[in-house]
Amino acid sequence: MSLKSVVKSVLVTVLVLSAVATQAKIEIVITEGVSNARPIAVVPFRWNGATVLPEDISDVITNNLLRSGKFNPMKMSDMPQFPTQDDEVDYDAWAEKGIDTVLVGNIEERGNGQYEVSFQLIDVLRAQATGGESKSLVNGALVLSKDHIVEAREKIINTADFRQYAHIISDIVYESLIGERGAFLTRIAYVIVRDRETNPLPFQLVISDYDGENETRLLSSPEPLMSPAWSPDGNQLAYVSFENKKSQIFIQDIYTTRRTLVTDFPGINGSPAFSPDGKKLAMVLSKDGNPEIYVMDLASRNLERITRNRTIDTEPSWAPDGKTLIFSSERGGKPQIYQVNLDTKRARRLTFEGEMNLGASITPDNTNLVVVNRTQGDYHIARQNLQNGNMLVLTKTFLDESPSIAPNGSMIIYSTVHEGKQVLSLVSLDGRFKALLPAAEGQVKSPSWSPFLL
Amino acid sequence: MLTNKKLRTLLIALPAITLMACSSGPSDEELEAERQNAAAAAAQQAQQEAEAAAQAAAAQAEAAAAEQLQRAQQMMEQEKAELESQQTVYFDFDRATIKSEFFPVLRKHAEFLVKNPGQTVVIEGHTDSRGTPEYNIALGERRAKAVETFFQNEGVSASQISVVSYGEEKPSVTGTSEYAFAQNRRAVVVYQ
Repeated sequence: MSLKSVVKSVLVTVLVLSAVATQAKIEIVITEGVSNARPIAVVPFRWNGATVLPEDISDVITNNLLRSGKFNPMKMSDMPQFPTQDDEVDYDAWAEKGIDTVLVGNIEERGNGQYEVSFQLIDVLRAQATGGESKSLVNGALVLSKDHIVEAREKIINTADFRQYAHIISDIVYESLIGERGAFLTRIAYVIVRDRETNPLPFQLVISDYDGENETRLLSSPEPLMSPAWSPDGNQLAYVSFENKKSQIFIQDIYTTRRTLVTDFPGINGSPAFSPDGKKLAMVLSKDGNPEIYVMDLASRNLERITRNRTIDTEPSWAPDGKTLIFSSERGGKPQIYQVNLDTKRARRLTFEGEMNLGASITPDNTNLVVVNRTQGDYHIARQNLQNGNMLVLTKTFLDESPSIAPNGSMIIYSTVHEGKQVLSLVSLDGRFKALLPAAEGQVKSPSWSPFLL
Repeated sequence: MLTNKKLRTLLIALPAITLMACSSGPSDEELEAERQNAAAAAAQQAQQEAEAAAQAAAAQAEAAAAEQLQRAQQMMEQEKAELESQQTVYFDFDRATIKSEFFPVLRKHAEFLVKNPGQTVVIEGHTDSRGTPEYNIALGERRAKAVETFFQNEGVSASQISVVSYGEEKPSVTGTSEYAFAQNRRAVVVYQ
């Protein structure tokens, strides 16, 4: 047995593939709220059960709406009453407090670990105008329509589903009132780096709910892990691992934890990104001399080279239609963002502001570019309008990198340095809402926001 | 060892012959044969001694050679250890140009590698934490390759060198001070 193969076998045993729930959870601390956020009251749902309520649904919903940056939920201590359904709501009392929307609900224990959850989303101002008795014509007859009830649903759920259902209710509220899909039922993948001196497996690939709950460790390694990227179905992650003392791209199923080695070329194997249809993987390889963009067809494993020049090309990201890639290139001197047509291979420069722009991605509605902008030596997250080219710096934090956009385009998660530690941070796309996600332990980096999961 | 065996047979046979001869007195021919036998035995012994001496001399030479080899090995290890204590070169921000102050130490590595063609090295490229991780992987590779090119220009075989970039992932000093940044912008020559 050669030394190399001994080392290799040791590494294989040292590397831990796992799906272990961890304790070091991340919490969201809002650092900058939005003054014109919409007021709403999430009244604590009434609990009818003999046992303990598995999870405080109203609390999860309140936090979700608050963290979206679009709502300003009323404190429980300020609420004038605690109704559980529409006919108990005193519309005037809420309107007087400046609340125009109220969410009420009820949770009934049904035995065998099952619960019936019902809720109603009430437009207080509409109810005031109609006295809660609005009528409309149905088949020529005037019937009670109660159109002040924006949404009303009920569902039987299990003990384990409470958080998920709270996220679903939050999505319904968000979409009803904001007009775009909510991103509460999503997850984030990121890398935690613990102390390399004291920890034999300091590099950890982790997945959690978007709010930091249900943190699950997917992989622990003695060597760096980088660049997690979600498949569009939310079942797989592509990432870079140095576990064999060189960079290699892997794709791992997050449920079975089974994984496949995708590339093992000499030099850089980096920056994987799934195409919107999930059939291709864009990546950076330096096997032909210097870092170039390639696209791999995942079924055939065929590689197509996209860029060809003597400088650094890296950080490919797909346009929503899958027909172009945007990437960072030094072809014009300092790194700037370019867009390349995958058919013609012709590239054009998109960014001109600041000393350099890196790590770009396009918003799901194809209207904005999100980048890491360096101006006067400071690295900040910025947004550039794709129509008029105007750039707006969104953050004031230090050494910002790795921005990843929520699937509804409302929020950006990125990595930054706060009090000497690398932490995750959130900023809304308009830059008005900001939050930190400090972790209990280790440096946290390379966040990647999942697609919609339902 | 046929001659040895013959001799032993002779030595055992000799007293018996002598004994037999005593009973009737040795003849001239018998005496002559005995003299010849004794002479043969003496010659044999001399040859044996010479052989033994030659063997001893060879062993001594071999030991000396081994010692010399060991000394060379030791010297190489010592040289290698000394080189390994000067394995890092540092770069300016956003640069991959080797500063002239590092030419002498890199030349020492190159000379050693040329002298020891069986020796391989991995050149690791690293960056500070400014900029994005993906861009820093590319920048780290550029730094490691600058060292690789330097070695090749000094005559080191390409097959002795491999390159890996860790970008900003393995800082040697944590933190975001200028000192930490400067310590982390580096290429490291790692002997295998």
